[in-house]
Amino acid sequence: MRYGMVIDTIKCVGCTDCVVACQTENNVPLGYARDWVVEAVVGTYPELHLEIRTERCNHCIDTPCVRTCPTGASHIIEGGIVKVTANECIGCGACIESCPYDARYVHPNGYVDKCTFCDHRVANGQDPACVSVCPTYCMHFGDLDDPNSEVSKLLATRNSKVLAPEAGTKPQIFYLI
Amino acid sequence: MEEIIVSGRSIPHVDPILDIWGLPISLYLFLGGLAAGITIFAAVVTILKKDEQYSTAAKIAPIITPIALAVGLLFLLVDLHHILYAWQLFTTIRLDSPMSWGAWTLLIITPLSIIWVAMHMKSIMPMLNMGGCCLGVLGFFIVEKNDGSQVNWEWRYPFLINFEKFVIAQKQVFAWIMLVLGLVVGVYTGILLSAFNARPLWNTAILGPLFLTSGLSTGAAAIMWLSSDHHEVKLFSKIDLFLILIELFLIVHMIMGFRAGSEIQIYAATFFLGGDFTVIFWVFFVGLGLLIPLVLESMELVGKKVPVAIVAFLILSGGLLFRIIMVDAGQVIRFLY
Amino acid sequence: MKTTRRQFIKISGLGAGSLALATPTFNLLSGKQKPQDDIKSKRYPNYCEICFWNCAGWVYTNEEGKIWKIIGHDDDPNSNGRFCPRGTGGVGSYYDDDRLKTPLIRYTKEDGSQDYREATWDEALDLIATKVSEIKNKYGAESIALFNHGSAGKHFTHLFRAMGSSNIAAPANAQCKTPRENAFKLTFGHELHSPEPLDIQNADCMVLIGSHLGENMHNGQVQEMSMLIERGGTIITVDPRYSVVASKSKIWLPIKPSTDIALLLAWINVIINENRYDKEYIEKHAHGFNELKEYIQPFTPEWASLITTLDPTQIVLAAREMAAAAPAVIVHPGRHVTWYGDDTQRLRAVAILNALLGSWGRKGGFFFSSSASVGKHPAYKVPYPKPKWSWMDIRPGDFPLANTGITNVLVDGSHPDYTGENKIKAWFVVGSNLPVSIPNKQRTLEAMDNMEFIVVVDTMPMEITSYADVVLPEATYLERYDILRLAENRYPTVALRMPAAEPRWESKPGWWMAKQLGDRMGLNQYFAFESYEEVLEAELSKLGVTLEQMKEIGVLKLERPYDDAYMHEGDEIEFETPTGKIELLSTELAALGFDPFPKYTAHAEPPAGYYYLNYGRVPMHTFSRTSNNPNLSDLKKEHDVWINPIVANDWGIKNGQYIWLQNQAGVISDFPVKVRVTERIRWDSVFLPHGFGHNNPKLSRAHGKGVSDTQLISNVMHDPINGSTGMRLNFVTFLTEDPRKETEA
Repeated sequence: MRYGMVIDTIKCVGCTDCVVACQTENNVPLGYARDWVVEAVVGTYPELHLEIRTERCNHCIDTPCVRTCPTGASHIIEGGIVKVTANECIGCGACIESCPYDARYVHPNGYVDKCTFCDHRVANGQDPACVSVCPTYCMHFGDLDDPNSEVSKLLATRNSKVLAPEAGTKPQIFYLI
Repeated sequence: MEEIIVSGRSIPHVDPILDIWGLPISLYLFLGGLAAGITIFAAVVTILKKDEQYSTAAKIAPIITPIALAVGLLFLLVDLHHILYAWQLFTTIRLDSPMSWGAWTLLIITPLSIIWVAMHMKSIMPMLNMGGCCLGVLGFFIVEKNDGSQVNWEWRYPFLINFEKFVIAQKQVFAWIMLVLGLVVGVYTGILLSAFNARPLWNTAILGPLFLTSGLSTGAAAIMWLSSDHHEVKLFSKIDLFLILIELFLIVHMIMGFRAGSEIQIYAATFFLGGDFTVIFWVFFVGLGLLIPLVLESMELVGKKVPVAIVAFLILSGGLLFRIIMVDAGQVIRFLY
Repeated sequence: MKTTRRQFIKISGLGAGSLALATPTFNLLSGKQKPQDDIKSKRYPNYCEICFWNCAGWVYTNEEGKIWKIIGHDDDPNSNGRFCPRGTGGVGSYYDDDRLKTPLIRYTKEDGSQDYREATWDEALDLIATKVSEIKNKYGAESIALFNHGSAGKHFTHLFRAMGSSNIAAPANAQCKTPRENAFKLTFGHELHSPEPLDIQNADCMVLIGSHLGENMHNGQVQEMSMLIERGGTIITVDPRYSVVASKSKIWLPIKPSTDIALLLAWINVIINENRYDKEYIEKHAHGFNELKEYIQPFTPEWASLITTLDPTQIVLAAREMAAAAPAVIVHPGRHVTWYGDDTQRLRAVAILNALLGSWGRKGGFFFSSSASVGKHPAYKVPYPKPKWSWMDIRPGDFPLANTGITNVLVDGSHPDYTGENKIKAWFVVGSNLPVSIPNKQRTLEAMDNMEFIVVVDTMPMEITSYADVVLPEATYLERYDILRLAENRYPTVALRMPAAEPRWESKPGWWMAKQLGDRMGLNQYFAFESYEEVLEAELSKLGVTLEQMKEIGVLKLERPYDDAYMHEGDEIEFETPTGKIELLSTELAALGFDPFPKYTAHAEPPAGYYYLNYGRVPMHTFSRTSNNPNLSDLKKEHDVWINPIVANDWGIKNGQYIWLQNQAGVISDFPVKVRVTERIRWDSVFLPHGFGHNNPKLSRAHGKGVSDTQLISNVMHDPINGSTGMRLNFVTFLTEDPRKETEA
């Protein structure tokens, strides 16, 4: 089993509902965020292109954050979800430096915090909070190993990309383009 | 024109640019490099049995090592955000994590470096002012001795005396161990950064050798500064000259490597070739920290009288500046996507 | 400087004895909080008050019983179980420590300066009851005006009606959708209301004119637009700005501002002349087609091209796209449409275009919505006294089609320069930040200064509270019972709002305030209930549900009584227009002496060095109401003014620089605004998201962040048909140095 997300940049309007839903669901302190929205514009008026995508930890297969963690606080749980155990974390920042997506931050309590794919919800059979609130239905969560899952089917039928593939981390969040 | 807007976040130390690691880490890397440099020289001089001839390198300069390591560790701790959990570092050894084996190496080398100093205590500090208060902690370990010999003190406990005997007898083995650990620390300070392939500037194999060379260079400078022996100063001046040349070569090699690298690395190089870090890097680090010492040391080689303190100061501050630049610039330059 | 009777008081230092901090504190020894399990959490039904869409959802509380999160209700047709960022961030409105905490009363100090003092509810309510009764006895109840917004306003509307005043207005109309409601009523005999009955989920083509759906999070519509995109439907966007939805459009028409009617006329021209209109539909249902055809002849795409700066072939292509999708096509009526003072005519053109495409009453076009009706509590059955005059008599003869109270007419009746008979003497302002929501702020301030008494009811120390004689702190929607939501949509629903927490500090629900005032003013029969639960119970009883049941289900989903969401083949339909048909030619407008067909009028253009001030929305804020919400301000703390790189280059303005804006009348913004140099805006325009630039320091997060567009909108073009306020003919120029420093020097 390998959890992943497929995010449709064509449908996303960049409303940041995913961000605030994550904050409230996971008690992320104000001023911090486990997910965020990027808008990239190219071209010259009026020949323009805009891509909007919601980003978060990519729950990579090859995880530099887990590798560089000196205590084992950063670890991978079932389904490939990358997590941090708060009371094993010393807050050294090595994982933050190692993440090409800047998806980790130091929680005001001192430990490093990040997206968990809402594993507490996934355990209940729910989608992660960000996916469950998205008003444009642009986010999909599921098992990439299962060819019949919604995410696998989307990847099979649509063009997609991952972010910073050259970083070599094998990210598990795919963007439909 | 390309425009990238990130909304919904502005996280301290991550946005708009990463600065998770600041001055404490640069100082830690600098002090680690310095300690490594001094340790390596002390070990090599001892292995070559020239420790009496180059006593500053073998015996006096190593006093800096435990201090540098301890202060460096302090800076590392200062930089830990979840400091009360720092003991977790020593519950596991993670070979993939430079931070982990760095912590363990420091855990081993710091007491060893203290032992190294203790081993030479009688030789470098034979007469201690036993009545003075300046003995401090040392007072718990030594007692006054008046047997008319050149040394006016002795270790307080028999096992210390025995241990000293044992260490002095095994000095060569000890030196080899210190050489290996010194190299590990020296390389480690570079690898700590280059292990992060998420930071294009750091992600180069040259960083390890470069940091080691720079550490050796600062070590040599410290020895020059402390030494009052003309031959020793001259030798380390020569060594340093050589190290600076290697360093320059590695720097050029690194930048050319970036220029010939991937899109991100080419982008990284622009920060040093016209970008924000150009002046501080080329003028202050390469110019003041490498080239001027290079010129001064060359002048000394041909017999001109050059104040050693200035050379050493320039090299040491250059070494620190280099680490500050690398830590800063490395975090500014991120993946493009 | 003219001294004003009514000093602007910064509400500060009051209510400092606040309860425990709402925000969690952090410490180094804490292990990580265990995530809350929402399946085991307690939840309370509510409907969102952050915007007018009023989505129904659930408020969850955490283990400590504190408000934790808000999630949409699956049975709610407005949200389909998914809230927008503002609704999700609604928790911040409860946790905001800047909230009004106690009643405040204005008093004059010994040195003559004015300030507020904290007061008890009894004291404040007694004072209001006495003052209002005094004014009522002296000038009549009609002289007291109510400005309201949102559901709390309904309780005060009841109070006002009971008192005998119908001078009630909301900025939601004359500053927003009145021209649209008029235009659709004139054309189809039917107003659109809210949420608009647009069948976007079944449409094959949607045309957006100046509407930036996706940046305005009209939740249901954004969701349905996403479905349209998913199905490969066509979106056509007309906007001088490369909006988010423009980036998702098959055709984006970067129009010159203020020329939309020319484009619409050209589209009508193409669709008629290329015989692409729905002939059967038009023949059966429409009035005035031949006249329209004749009228439209001069307005060719080439003619429109010269006016709009658009490529004529693009204009034609867009018209053909619409026609190809017809009748599953929606020329979106928009919402905030008060732009240039001829807005009713522009919206008439939109309505005519929809009629020609046959989309009214058709699948994929405009459906007919259905809403529930509930019972009445006896207190609400007592007949209201008939007012002697109303807002319509303040400027008699003007604005014949104004269908609801006009805020700016009430301001006119309050202003010292008003010479008519029907003067306004006192204001109640409920949940409406007038200096920021009505254009021409200066005039609003002058009117307020002329009032004998002003009561402001709000949850937050908005600018308006600083002008009140008495300020009443309202409980947020998460802390109170309120009216039932009876949304119009594809199927009828009833949604309950109930408190998920006790009101913080001394704040109280709106119904309670209205009842307390009513009781004190001898209107007891209108408030013959002890608690609002009684009222709800009585209303729900007609539907056969109890309040307890509603607390469990939150939303009561009802069946449509008839299968009448769309028109059926062969239906004989009588439209509620004078001719009983879809009026392409408006007989009503003709009778009133207005143009029976929309007419393009050239509008003023910005002088050299000035740019059209185009304002709009950001998805995480509602108007100016949410800019201090801790959660939403976290998503966007300040806005920026969008400037085209060519313009920025001319001015030597850099991205991220702070500048001041000055409008054509010399009004200079109070605060500077950050520049965003972007290709996404036309070179003759700037774009400024609305709702920022608060100047009450008590709004600790929002104060001084950006520029209030309302302040710069001093040129207001009144639509002669209904008095709505066209606000888009204001032009701004840039000041790179602090203008106030210069004047001081």
